[in-house]
Parts: sequence; structure tokens; C-alpha cells
Amino acid sequence: MPTSPSDADPCGPYDLAVIGAGPAGLAGAVAAADQGLRCALIDAGARPGGQYYRHPAPGLRAARPDRLHHHWPVFAELADRLAAHRAAGRISYLPHHHVHLLERREPWRLHAATGADGSGRATLRAAAVLLATGAYERQLPFPGWTLPGVVTAGGAQAMLKAGLVLPGRRIVVAGSGPLLLAAAASLTAAGAEVPAIVEASTYLGYARRPGVLAATPGKLAEGVAHGAALARHRVRLHRASAVVEAHGGRGVAPAGGWERVEAVTVARLDADWRPVPGTERRIECDALAIGHGLVPQLELATELGAATRVVPDGTVALRVDARQLTSVPGLWAAGETCGVGGAELALAEGELAALAIAGRAPVAGLLSRRRRLRAFAELMAAAHRPGAGWSDWLRPETEVCRCEEVTAGAIGEAVERLGATDARTVKLLTRAGMGWCQGRMCSSAVACLAGMAEPVADSRPLSGPVRLGDLAALPED
Amino acid sequence: MVIGAGVVGAACAFYAARAGLSVAVIDRGPVAGGTTGAGEGNLLLSDKQPGPELELAKVSALLWQELADELGAVFEYEPKGGLVVAADPAGQLALAAFAAKQRAAGVTAHEVTADRLAEYEPHLAPGLAGGFHYPEDAQVQPALAAAHLLRAAVRAGAALHLGERVTALLTGPGGAVRGVRTDRRELAAGAVVNAAGTWGGQIARLAGVELPVLPRRGFVLVTEPLPRVVRHKVYAADYVADVASGSAALQSSGVVEGTPSGTVLIGATRERVGFDRTVSAPALGRLARQAAALFPFLADVRVLRAYRGFRPYLPDHLPAIGADPRAPGLLHACGHEGAGIGLAPVTGLLIAEQLTGRRLSTADPVDTAPFRPDRFA
Ligand SMILES: Cc1cc2nc3c(=O)[nH]c(=O)nc-3n(C[C@H](O)[C@H](O)[C@H](O)COP(=O)(O)OP(=O)(O)OC[C@H]3O[C@@H](n4cnc5c(N)ncnc54)[C@H](O)[C@@H]3O)c2cc1C
Ligand SMILES: Cc1cc2nc3c(=O)[nH]c(=O)nc-3n(C[C@H](O)[C@H](O)[C@H](O)COP(=O)(O)OP(=O)(O)OC[C@H]3O[C@@H](n4cnc5c(N)ncnc54)[C@H](O)[C@@H]3O)c2cc1C
Repeated sequence: MPTSPSDADPCGPYDLAVIGAGPAGLAGAVAAADQGLRCALIDAGARPGGQYYRHPAPGLRAARPDRLHHHWPVFAELADRLAAHRAAGRISYLPHHHVHLLERREPWRLHAATGADGSGRATLRAAAVLLATGAYERQLPFPGWTLPGVVTAGGAQAMLKAGLVLPGRRIVVAGSGPLLLAAAASLTAAGAEVPAIVEASTYLGYARRPGVLAATPGKLAEGVAHGAALARHRVRLHRASAVVEAHGGRGVAPAGGWERVEAVTVARLDADWRPVPGTERRIECDALAIGHGLVPQLELATELGAATRVVPDGTVALRVDARQLTSVPGLWAAGETCGVGGAELALAEGELAALAIAGRAPVAGLLSRRRRLRAFAELMAAAHRPGAGWSDWLRPETEVCRCEEVTAGAIGEAVERLGATDARTVKLLTRAGMGWCQGRMCSSAVACLAGMAEPVADSRPLSGPVRLGDLAALPED
Repeated sequence: MVIGAGVVGAACAFYAARAGLSVAVIDRGPVAGGTTGAGEGNLLLSDKQPGPELELAKVSALLWQELADELGAVFEYEPKGGLVVAADPAGQLALAAFAAKQRAAGVTAHEVTADRLAEYEPHLAPGLAGGFHYPEDAQVQPALAAAHLLRAAVRAGAALHLGERVTALLTGPGGAVRGVRTDRRELAAGAVVNAAGTWGGQIARLAGVELPVLPRRGFVLVTEPLPRVVRHKVYAADYVADVASGSAALQSSGVVEGTPSGTVLIGATRERVGFDRTVSAPALGRLARQAAALFPFLADVRVLRAYRGFRPYLPDHLPAIGADPRAPGLLHACGHEGAGIGLAPVTGLLIAEQLTGRRLSTADPVDTAPFRPDRFA
């Protein structure tokens, strides 16, 4: 089946199209090309690496991008192999290609908006597709979260890794999940002061399954490394606590300057994440980096009917078999799309998928490594699942959907008076989730507020905004 | 007992509760979780040829106006009018013939010559042959309309049971329908109204009767918010032919309209593909081409999202409304295809009139014979 590099056409047909050039997609493309498959490696961003191996544009001349990465050598090696495969014509690396529509055909068709401003378009063809589109951050709103100076935890990481800029000088890191420790460690390493890490869970979830922890030494080492770095910088960790409000002010800026965050209120939480009255305390800061874990980005697969599963953190991920095949023939998935689990797991799954697509047996140890890391990921997921009581820190006027400016009060009205019992109906009745981000920012919160017991994958027939003229250019049949 | 909290079930509950009946509405999901939450809110006279459906639509248009006056500006009722355009002189002639028949049936339609199209829609493509303006065409936001009709029904005493699925119909002597069994309990009722939309055939089957409701898929595109650039419901002449067609092939009509939130809605396609939810590139492409052909500036506007729904259709493209002689105690109010939003109030009114045996409106009486549920037997 492998085609020769000489008949290269940028639109294919390829043996394999990999969507997403993060750890999972990169590992997948490189391993598939090792097996002789001709691959397209497609990414919406400008550089390979995804969220984890995010690095500055060469023009910024960062002396040591590896300073913020624990696994830089792994990435450097993958990048070298990618370069070799590109030179040999086995991989076409296509940055600035946002795939907005995936068509199940023979061969598959991938429709993308291209260019830094999304003004171009391309349709690629491939015999098989590996979906490695990663995840986006889960946000839970609170009073003051729309103030300037409030950024997402992953966003702070990304800003630092890509441009080496800090969101502030004294930064509170809050929310829930392992990314908080990583973000705080990077921020302090880059010279910021982090007065507190505020983690909503108790971390008890990990301790309940010590066997899984012991089987994942890499993860422990990572945690210990972050812990040691944070101890050195005297960062206080508040467990079972949350930022329940961010306060704005004009601070030392000249009169008439922009309002931005100048302090946060932190409160202790009960087991359901309900703030405990009387435990509030104020922490001064000039930025807040906050996130509540990640949500797998699946719409390209779910719009084709791919089966999903509910992850213990309350998100929905693709259901895959032992070799990373989804329920849709010809569509494989790896990395965060199969449930959030970190870069190491993404690498293992990408390679597993590539070998399966090439019809090869998995290399020794790969299956068990994946199993071990996946078990750890599920444990973490359970530990950081938001408790239902978080919505107690909302006020009626707190904005939940920022794009459409829908408040918690309006959502409450739709639920209590108008018969909405799920996120979709809240959206229809209030417009929450109808804006630019298509609910990526608010739909987790809206689903909780609607009282949904089981999460469902968001419906997004188009994975991103598309020029109407580009849709008009889609083939007739 | 009304099965279905879509716009049709909501209207049935509203008129029945207001007529003094004791009413309960039951739905397996939320309010507007079926096709009502997946459609557009066009209330059209312009696309209907003289006949039974137009008669329903004329009464319903008046009822929507009344509801908007009564319930306030809660469901975005906009009597904005429709503009049907023709690409070439032959198309304009066909439109004129169609409009003449509609006028004879009491619809208001004004011819718009090519040179005056821009007065109605300044951004229309140049070179169109002309069109017709239908001032009685209007619009609502369907999910809000259903939710507020139900809310008003609840205020008038109706009970609302959401998240509860009907699994069987209870029958008494002689097979008379006496209530429903759900996944939780049994609920007795003097009469059961099947307002289950595209799933109406399944409810009928629970009573042992056949009602051949089938799904007809439609996609809609939604753009980024824009200043008000499209003032009417604008569509091309070939739409009228599509609606009456029984063909299984993909058809679309490129109805373009602005909404109060600034987004422009473009829809919808019509395909018979069962309940296949898979996103279809040819369908989206076709909608986009038609919209850009009507309004060239849209080519550079970004489409933010798309959605799809399954219209409930019956073989003769007319709804089933009224008591089913084959199953005493069971009434049907389903199968409205692409006009269920528009036809909801008149359907609810007719059902309430049958249940009470009284006239409940001063509107002209409608002949319900063409909508008899047993007409396919
Ligand atoms: C903002 C953010 C910051 C993070 N920072 C860290 C960190 O510092 N440390 C850490 O351990 N983990 C971090 N993570 C977690 C991270 O998701 C994983 O550890 C790891 O990067 C997962 O690898 P992946 O290949 O599955 O996905 P990703 O690395 O997320 O890669 C997915 C890639 O797919 C591309 N993509 C998505 N959709 C499309 C589309 N439709 N068309 C084309 N391309 C598409 C994206 O541009 C991206 O490059 C972060 C996550 C996020 C969201
Ligand atoms: C793309 C598209 C565009 C459209 N545009 C327009 C338009 O512009 N104008 C217009 O007038 N119409 C339009 N329509 C058609 C319109 O949306 C439908 O005709 C209308 O919504 C039907 O309403 P309904 O209440 O009968 O059905 P639904 O809204 O589907 O309600 C039926 C309800 O029954 C419930 N149900 C089913 N089975 C059970 C059970 N066993 N137990 C309990 N509950 C059950 C379902 O959960 C559902 O909520 C469009 C449709 C589509 C798909």
C-alpha cells in the first residue's frame, strides 16, 4: 500500500493523515513514516509540538527553550526524525491547517482553513486518519473571572513557553489538576512570585490506589521535581480550597488606567466543593492563572458518530480499542482525545496507533506502558473531578458564557422556569455557548448548572469558524 | 396528557389548559429537545400553495400574532415579511403565477420589479429578475416559543414531566386509550395527545395503529453576528418546488435571514436519509453556495456553526391532526414536516377544540378532514 514519495501531491492521497502535531500526532506520524507510510501531519498552529512541546518562534531567539520542559530531549529527537522524513518525502508537514470538517469517504477527505489568518483553504485525501487534536481547558466561572489579569493555567504555560512572557509579577495559581503544579513551577522558574497554589481537590484520590502510583515512577518523579522547585520558592499549597472571587482595582497604575485583578478571595471547600462560610481570606496578586483540567477535543470524530466514554473527571473522550481504533473504521485516535493523560501517554498512544495503521505488531512494552499510564490518568481524573457544589460561589450576575454575556441568573431561569434540563437546551434558550468559542469555555459549567447527571459530547458539525465562501467551494458530491 | 414538549405539544397544552382542561405534558428529554430545538422559526405563507396547509397557516399566522401580543416579546416574534426572488425572467413568471393563485386564496403578495429589489434588500446580488414580497411572513425563535407556551400552560394549571419516557399506552375496555405508562410510573388520562413529532409513528404503534411519520434531515448554517444586513426572509424561487417534492435526494432552498442577535441563518437542506446525524459536506456546501448567490457579501463572512434536525413528515406532506377513530382516546398532533413551528398554534387550537367540543377562537373554522390521522390506512 505505501506510495512512493515521488508522486507527492500536497493534497494526497496519503496513506495516513494525522490531525494534530502535539506529542500524540508527532509520535504517530513519525512512527508511521518509519513503517514506510506516506503521511500528512496537519496542525492548526505554526510549529509542531502541540500544547506540551510549545516553544518560541525562532525569531525570538530564546536561548534555551528546553528550560521549561522536562522532556525536551524526547521532542528534539522526534523533531529530528520529522525533519528526516520530510526531507525524504514521507511526511508532508502542514502547519496553519485547521481541519474544520472530516468526511468519511474512500479515501477520507479533510477540509481545512489554511494560513495564519485562516483565509486559505485545502482539501486533503488519505486512506486512514489519526485524530490527535488534544484538549482545551475546562473553566469554571466565578465572580471577577473576566477581569484583565485573570488567565487560564494552561494559557499562562503557553504564553511562557511560546513567547517567554509572564502574565504578571505576583501570580496566584488556582483551580484543580496536575497542570497547576507544572504552571506554578514554570512561572517561578521564569521569575514570577507565586504566593499560593489553590487546589480544589484534596489529592486524596491518588492515595486510594497506591499500586497505580507505584507503577508510574515517571509521574511521581515529575511531581516530586515540581514539589521541590515550589518548596524552594516558598509557594504555599492550599488544598480543598478555591478562588471564589477575583477583585479588580486600578492599583498603582496612573489614575484612569485599566482595571485589573489586584487580589483574590480564597475559601475552603467541603467535599462537594461548596465554599465553607467564614473561611475566606484575601491574597494580593496582580494576576491569577486558573484552570480545572482539560476537555478532550473530539468533534471531528463525534460528528461522524464515533463512540465515546465518560472519563472519571466528568469529561467525554473517544472510545478506542487496544490498538487505538475508534468505532469508526479507518479512524484512529491518540493522546488527550482518548482521555486526558499527559504527554508521555500521548507519545505511547501515537506510536501504537501508527503501528496498527501500518499493520505491524506493537513493539515490546508499548501496550503495558500505555495501560500503566492510562490507569494513572484515570486516577488523576477521578481525584480532580469537580464537585457539584462549586456553583455556590456564583452570583446571579456572574457571567458564565463570556462570548454571549449570559449570566448565571439567566441560566438559572432557563433551568427553573423554562424546562431546560441539559446544556443544549440552556444554549437554545439563553444563547450560552453560541459565540465564537462554540461553548469550549462554558459548556462544562453550563452542563453542571443544568443539572446534567452524565456529560455528553458537545455537538459541533464545524470544528471552527469557516469563511462561507470556503464552504461554498466544498465539492458537490 | 400531551406526549412531547416540542412546540406542537406546547401549543396543545397551552390551548387545552386555557380552555379549562386539566393537562399534563410529558417528554423523555427537556423542553424543545427534539426537532423544535433544531429547526428555524420561519412562519411562512409565501411558500404554500393554495390548499389545506395554507388554510392552516393563515389561521396560525393570526394566532402567532395574538400570542406575541399576549405573552410579550419573549420569543422574538418578528413580522418581518418574506422576499422570494427569481434569477431569470422565466422564474419571475412562475412566481407571478404562483402569487396570483395565493392571492386568490387570501394571501398578500406584492410584485417587486428588478429595479426595486434593492429597496427591500440593499445587499442582494445584482442581476436578479425580480421577486415577490409577502408582508405576512414572520419569524419566532422556536425553542423560546415552546418554552414560553409551556410556561403559560403551567401558569394555567398544566403539569410538566420532563426526562420521563412513554413506554406504553394504557388501554381500557374496547381498546380505548386511558393514559400512559412511563419508565417510572403509570399516569391515567381521559385523552392522550401524540405530539411526539418525528417519533409520532412510534407512539401510534404503542396504540396499535399505523401512522407513517418519517424523518427528513435538514442542515442550517449560522454566521458570525453582523449588523442588520438582511431584513427579510429571502429565498430563491426554486424553494417552492422543493417543499412539495417527495424526492429523497438532497434539495435545498437557501432561505437567508437575519436574527435579533445579529447572526444570519441559512437553511435548510432537505434529505431523506433516516436518522443519520453524520455531518454532510455536500449539504453544507450547497447551502453556502446558495446563500452567496443571493448575497455575495456573505462569501467573506464566517460561519460559526451548523446544526441539523429531522423534520417529521407524512407521505402527503400534511400533518396528522385530531382524534384517531381507530384508537378512541388518542389524538394525533404530529407530522408537520418543515412547517411545525408555523402550524403549532392552529394545531393546538384544533386539538383543544376537539377535546372540549367547543369553538375556542373567532378565527375562520378550518376543515380538518385532510389531516385525518387514519387517511393512510
Ligand atoms: C493550554 C494548554 C497548556 C498545557 N500545558 C501543559 C504543560 O505545560 N505540561 C503538561 O504536562 N501538559 C500540558 N498540557 C496538557 C497537554 O494537553 C498534554 O500533556 C499533551 O500536550 C497532549 O498531547 P496531545 O498530542 O494529545 O495534544 P496537544 O499537545 O494538545 O496537541 C494537539 C494539537 O492538535 C492541534 N489541533 C487541534 N484541533 C485541530 C484541528 N481541528 N485541525 C488541526 N489541528 C488541530 C492543536 O493545534 C495542537 O497542536 C496543556 C494543555 C493545554 C490545553
Ligand atoms: C433544519 C430544519 C429547519 C426547519 N425550519 C422550520 C421553519 O423555518 N419553520 C417551521 O415552521 N418549521 C421548521 N422546521 C420544522 C419544525 O422544526 C418541526 O416541524 C417542529 O419542530 C415539530 O415540532 P414537534 O413539537 O411536532 O416535534 P418535536 O419538537 O420533535 O417534539 C417532539 C417531542 O416528543 C418527545 N418524545 C418522542 N418520543 C417520546 C416518548 N416515547 N416519550 C416521551 N417523549 C417523547 C421528544 O423528546 C420531543 O421533544 C424545520 C425543521 C428542521 C429540521
